Amino acid sequence: MFRRSEQDQRPPVQIFVDGVAVAARQGDTVSAALLASGVDARRSTAVSGAPRLPYCMMGVCFDCLVTIDGVGNRQGCLVPVAEGMQVEIQKGKREIGK
Amino acid sequence: MTRNVDAIVVGGGIHGCSTALHLCLAGLKPVLIEKDYAGRHASGVNAGGVRQLARHVPEIPLSIRSMGIWEKISDLLDDNCSFESHGQVLVAEDEEELAICRARVAELNALGFTHEELIDATELRRLVPAVAETCPGGVVSRRDGAANPAQTTTAFRRKAEQLGATVREGVAASNIRYSDGLWHVDVGTDSYAAPVLVNAAGAWAGRIAAALGEAVPVETVAPMLMITSRVPHFIDPVVILRGRKLSFKQFKSGTVLIGGGHLATPDQDRNETVLDWKSLATSAQTVFELFPVMRSATIVRAWAGIEARMKDDLPVFGPSSRHKGLYHQFGFSLHGFQLGPGAGAVMAELIVNGGTQTRVSDLGIDRFHPSTL
Amino acid sequence: MTVAPKSEDYDVVVIGAGPAGLAAAATSAEAGLSTLLLDENIGPGGQVFRAISSTPVTDRNQLGADYWVGADLVQALRASGAEVIHRATVWSLDRNLEIAVSIGGASAFVKAKRVILATGALERPFPIPGWTLPGVMTAGAAQTMLKSSALVPDGRTVIAGQGPLLWLLAAQILRLGGRIDRILDTTERRNYLAALPHAFAFLTSPYFAKGLSMMREVKAKVQVVSGVTELSAAGDGLLASVSYVAGRKRETIPADLLLLHQGVVPNVNLAMAAGVEHHWDDLQLCWSPVLDASGNSPVAGIAIAGDGAGIGGANAAVVRGRIAARAAVDALAPAAAAKLPAIATLRADLAKAERGRVFLDTLFRPAPQFRIPSGDTIVCRCEEVTAKDVLDSVAIGATGPNQLKAYRRTGMGPCQGRLCGLTVTELIAQARGKSPQEIGYYRLRAPVKPITLAELAAVPKTEADVKAVVRG
Repeated sequence: MFRRSEQDQRPPVQIFVDGVAVAARQGDTVSAALLASGVDARRSTAVSGAPRLPYCMMGVCFDCLVTIDGVGNRQGCLVPVAEGMQVEIQKGKREIGK
Repeated sequence: MTRNVDAIVVGGGIHGCSTALHLCLAGLKPVLIEKDYAGRHASGVNAGGVRQLARHVPEIPLSIRSMGIWEKISDLLDDNCSFESHGQVLVAEDEEELAICRARVAELNALGFTHEELIDATELRRLVPAVAETCPGGVVSRRDGAANPAQTTTAFRRKAEQLGATVREGVAASNIRYSDGLWHVDVGTDSYAAPVLVNAAGAWAGRIAAALGEAVPVETVAPMLMITSRVPHFIDPVVILRGRKLSFKQFKSGTVLIGGGHLATPDQDRNETVLDWKSLATSAQTVFELFPVMRSATIVRAWAGIEARMKDDLPVFGPSSRHKGLYHQFGFSLHGFQLGPGAGAVMAELIVNGGTQTRVSDLGIDRFHPSTL
Repeated sequence: MTVAPKSEDYDVVVIGAGPAGLAAAATSAEAGLSTLLLDENIGPGGQVFRAISSTPVTDRNQLGADYWVGADLVQALRASGAEVIHRATVWSLDRNLEIAVSIGGASAFVKAKRVILATGALERPFPIPGWTLPGVMTAGAAQTMLKSSALVPDGRTVIAGQGPLLWLLAAQILRLGGRIDRILDTTERRNYLAALPHAFAFLTSPYFAKGLSMMREVKAKVQVVSGVTELSAAGDGLLASVSYVAGRKRETIPADLLLLHQGVVPNVNLAMAAGVEHHWDDLQLCWSPVLDASGNSPVAGIAIAGDGAGIGGANAAVVRGRIAARAAVDALAPAAAAKLPAIATLRADLAKAERGRVFLDTLFRPAPQFRIPSGDTIVCRCEEVTAKDVLDSVAIGATGPNQLKAYRRTGMGPCQGRLCGLTVTELIAQARGKSPQEIGYYRLRAPVKPITLAELAAVPKTEADVKAVVRG
């Protein structure tokens, strides 16, 4: 869906999406890294289970919700990637008590 | 232009709407006057608890009467009001609190009330598996439950209108006066006249009573609530605590409502409240301790509804002690939602029959007059 | 890395580090007021100047001169001495000017003598059939990724809608070597006529020449279909195709990415939750706050600057930020105001920056069918409520957006109506034959962004609260 421009010289950062290593760049938000990676990053909604991807990328639509380092319902478009970050794609209602 | 009706009900909360509906069922044609819209304040935005549990003894008969109506609410309103009966549980956090619970249940039993039942730690855990393991027991009222307050209040209004009530929303009742045996109330450029006036104006009812010479010790309060995003189902009954301010329940949608009576600062002339986040943080901390599974849930919204609280925490309910044809129905002091259906039925009986089988005599406005005021 | 505010009290707290917030905070701090700038993003810039300090797009021509203006604003801010905290989400502001802000998973409370809200704009909802499908995004979303991560569309890409941002985005994507298969222009033909009386102001504004050359640049490379009157997205769990009608001819094209845009509207959530009165703007078709000439709202101490005060664009936002800050300086430290540009100069700057706005608003007024959906089209993305659901509720007594909550959970999800509020108001207004002003808007409440229970539980409490007991 998206690809990186050749001029992008930022250093690489490795994150893990549902346990799988994904290459990102320093300064990427989690959502941007997911969309650039080509992995299937579709979450499913808490209401009907419909698949969604980030829509606004500016913190207003909440379609980018992901679990980051164990904390659920984070807005992936507002959180920068960090080396070794663990990202989980949320399916349905987020489990509590984990 | 003055329109003659059978009764004027001021206030479109659940109480005013319920009374209007029950007056219609008794064959009267009332007008219901609401300055905003039905359910705009406490009746539409409260926690929705349908609770007989932990009530003051003087209002238990009214609460039991109401419960019977709640259990057949669809028959009355053609709307299920999202009422669900999974019981309400009062949790004792230690042995000392459990002892108080034991005494309370014994007191009720002695008075002939059997809806509250003492439970031990095993039964508590069976009813509320997620509760902290340190809690030794509590009290359950098994027929209790919860409903959607806005849906319920709206359903009462809709049904009243269908049965012939006139509903006037968006303009306040003003210039309330009595002349020639009739109560007169202005609504914008219209006037209504009726032999009966019901003061069910919630947080605004104290002003009406005072203007009619029946000032009572009432304050305006705004209990705060907050709600989480959807989480997987983990609890059925509504939970309240014996010792701390907390009420807690999960909706079918998965959202969890957290309340308990911490207060916002109300501004009733602006229809506004300013939330007190440091108090809400106390509620959050209580949930954090009692329900560890909730720690990572997200709070998506908090609010407060404006309502009236009496000095003695009991509603003012029944005929005026000074004026013929005037009835009061306000001051439900943070626990009026469950009483709404029954209170409307009883109020209609008081108005139409001049009396009722349900014991409400301890709730009259005369308790404040003249010596106790 | 994330730090709490250094103090609990400030003269001025500015919320949002876009054009208005950058200018306001710099002006306030330069005048010697203790100033805190809180911003939700990773770095300064807001949306227009997003990633201005970190963008990997280093060829200055690609993002354009208007973008790099932001670097000067950031430099002025850094020189001003204002305290700046990024990744700081303000989740509550009340009429006592008490601010709750979440930083790095912990919440802090600060109090201000003046608050300048510079929370900017967000893209107007574009509720077409299929707009919730993965692969459908806003044009702004694509631009955000382009600026902050040098990402460009790769698959079959369609851009649909109208407005200046759409053309700017298309030009930027092409300059960075990205792919655009087709642009579907939804501008209504009758708007050209309606906008004509305002054309003179526009022709003499700086937007005109830039806008024209950008459209030429894009049209030279991409097939542009104008007069699009119907639009929908389809696919099974993923966008597969886009259908549209132009000149009564229907066409369906395969697509991997659909970028939607029909202008921007004020981001009102924090202002409304603080009690600032808003009114319906019939020209811009959105809620705008009630403000005086200096941006002061009816809530004492709260001013609003930038697009949150009504859409005016980046240049106007900068000036409005300076005007609001100047009003704060006048109120708190009148002697220091002498250092600042004269108020007459600022007002003249604003008039210049706002030149041509009426023309743009009239020309790019979104068509009714793209604002007010019907049938199974989703209105509320969070709770998955359709237009038909809303209308069914209206039929049984939901007279406004708040009453609607009794029947449907519209607006009660995490986005708090940001993506459905305008649609719901206009939908109910149309169904009931009333104006949007009469129908009103959701009552918005803190937290304006969700916080975890654990974070709230960790907030310092008053002793009275902890001791309080409900049932004695």
